[in-house]
Amino acid sequence: MSETNDNNIGNTENTENIDYMTDSRPIAVGENTPGCKKRDPIVVAEDVTRSFGGINAVDVEYLEIPRHKITALIGPNGAGKTTLFNLLTGFDTPNTGKWQFEGNSLAGVSSYKVARMGMVRTFQLTKVMGKLTVMENMRLGAADQPGERLSKALFKGMWGGREKEITAQANILLEKFKLDAKKDDYAASLSGGQRKLLEMARSLMVRPKLVMLDEPMAGVNPALTQSLLDHIKNLKAEGMTVLFVEHDMNMVRHIADWVVVMAEGKVVAEGPPGEVMKNPAVIDAYLGAHHDVDLGDAEGIKELEAELEADDESVVGTEDAGILSEITEPTEPRKEEGK
Amino acid sequence: MDFGFIFSSALGELFSPTTAAYALAALGLAVHFGYSGLLNFGQAGFMAVGAYGFAISTLTFNAPFFVALLISVVCSVIFAFILGIPTLRLRADYLAIVTIAAAEIVRYVVTTNQLTKVTGSANGLAAFENTFYAMNPFPEGSYMGMNNRDFFIRVVGWGLVIVCCVLVWLLMRSPWGRVLKGIREDENAVRSLGKNVYSYKMQALVIGGILGALAGMIFTLPRGAVQPSNYGTELTFFLWTCLLLGGMATVLGPVIGAMIFWVVLSLTQSLLYGLIESGAVTWLTTVQAGQLRYILVGVALMLLMIFRPQGVFGNKKELAFA
Ligand SMILES: Nc1ncnc2c1ncn2[C@@H]1O[C@H](COP(=O)(O)OP(=O)(O)OP(=O)(O)O)[C@@H](O)[C@H]1O
Ligand SMILES: [Mg+2]
Repeated sequence: MSETNDNNIGNTENTENIDYMTDSRPIAVGENTPGCKKRDPIVVAEDVTRSFGGINAVDVEYLEIPRHKITALIGPNGAGKTTLFNLLTGFDTPNTGKWQFEGNSLAGVSSYKVARMGMVRTFQLTKVMGKLTVMENMRLGAADQPGERLSKALFKGMWGGREKEITAQANILLEKFKLDAKKDDYAASLSGGQRKLLEMARSLMVRPKLVMLDEPMAGVNPALTQSLLDHIKNLKAEGMTVLFVEHDMNMVRHIADWVVVMAEGKVVAEGPPGEVMKNPAVIDAYLGAHHDVDLGDAEGIKELEAELEADDESVVGTEDAGILSEITEPTEPRKEEGK
Repeated sequence: MDFGFIFSSALGELFSPTTAAYALAALGLAVHFGYSGLLNFGQAGFMAVGAYGFAISTLTFNAPFFVALLISVVCSVIFAFILGIPTLRLRADYLAIVTIAAAEIVRYVVTTNQLTKVTGSANGLAAFENTFYAMNPFPEGSYMGMNNRDFFIRVVGWGLVIVCCVLVWLLMRSPWGRVLKGIREDENAVRSLGKNVYSYKMQALVIGGILGALAGMIFTLPRGAVQPSNYGTELTFFLWTCLLLGGMATVLGPVIGAMIFWVVLSLTQSLLYGLIESGAVTWLTTVQAGQLRYILVGVALMLLMIFRPQGVFGNKKELAFA
């Protein structure tokens, strides 16, 4: 623990004149191995385990999340990503382990205090307050509203001013998230993707130091994803740290500075995106051998076919060859790789 | 049948102190359930705590009116804490179970013979209202057909209803109320935004409980007696009826709901009695008619749920997403 602190101190002298967007100093101290030390960690988890009826959902020996970086947490379904989020933010209690945020131990700290310290998460299963308007949802996110205390709630003079600031902040965010037209509608009337957007925007209302997004782009259309990715990148410029879970590898490649791969509860690989995605263990456990082929167009399918033909384990190009090529005809429904 | 009398007595119910008490208690339920999502099925318990707290401190300790009032409010706050501390961290249903049980426990405790000296057991307590009527500023005489005592309790009761409505309205439009409504919708989401959900729920439970205790006092003062049988589970369900009639997450809803409830009860009662007396209905006794009117209230509630499920004042739009 003292080592990490030393690192922090060694770093503070020159943090002021660093532009987080272009900062290209190495993230890890030394090798990019699973559980490696970071130059400037914001979260440090040690020996955090959580089991559900004998299954180890999370079993993280050591993990550091780098500050002022965008970290992607990837891994197969059921790898324990969401559970790790729950544990780190106090929504679930681990069986063992300790973890800290900016040097403060978080073991036993309740979830709302964790959020107040600046570590705010979103949920994979979106949670919006259905019978509040989109605007009220956003306002609810804001911190330091004195009117949220019972003693001051009765006197609008004491919170009206802050409410105006909050509303202005919310308007800016809603515009970025393309929800401004919806702001007076009930959140329950939003579509699935819009709810994801609202939840993410609301978490930013807290102005967190670390924002943890659980599959933020699931169900969001490509054009909006693009603009939001830029927005997330820009959060870094404001000094925020981002940790997100995502199954869309394009997004990971596009914005992540660092990738942590989990499988069966353990951290199995870490590193910059390019490096991690070439890691055979990651390809095996998660990505699949042909992850960089785009199955959406004919070109990609041909490429895949060629690749598969060269692959001994595949049946393509042998007598058992399936119906893969039929897919190129646009009217045919897409079928599984042949039997 | 004397329709003039039937309507004037129904109109009398509109502003009776009992209606005011129901309105206050139902407003407390609106704070609990309508705004915060807390399922309180023991509002009768809060009313009993308020009524007995006042009566006992007046009779046993000779407390002046405002001291007795304060004691009864403090008792209801303590009652809220006792209910809330173990349950508010758990799922919503636990509070429902605990409040039902606690309200019954209160009723059994004041009924036990061991406490007869203090609580009067099943007979209850009487003659504690003098400190209240001693403050009556209205000289004797007739006020809209009422004597000065009846008039005074109505003024105080409805004055209290108005003040409490304004306070609740102010609270619910504030950011504090917004957090409560957020908790009603999804407490984990509110937690993830850094709000102390447990503390907010406790504050809501206490405020609604205080409204219940005040209602208990307004309920007993004009009767001049407090009896355990008045605070049974059915009282809680009548209050819920008022709340559902008026609309749950509204301020005026519970008040109007209480008025409708009592007017409907009074109308059906007088009409049935009138029909029986005039010989038009022979298959009912007046006792049965008294029971039948509660059945009619139930039917009215069902019709309301079918045709206007959001209540009189509720927002239909909100319901579309229920
Ligand atoms: N409350 C729970 N009770 C029992 N088992 C659970 C619970 N929550 C999670 N698990 C189990 O823990 C494992 C990890 O689940 P988790 O939700 O963390 O996966 P994930 O990595 O987020 O997956 P996905 O990518 O599908 O969201 C799974 O095997 C799951 O079945
Ligand atoms: Mg998950």
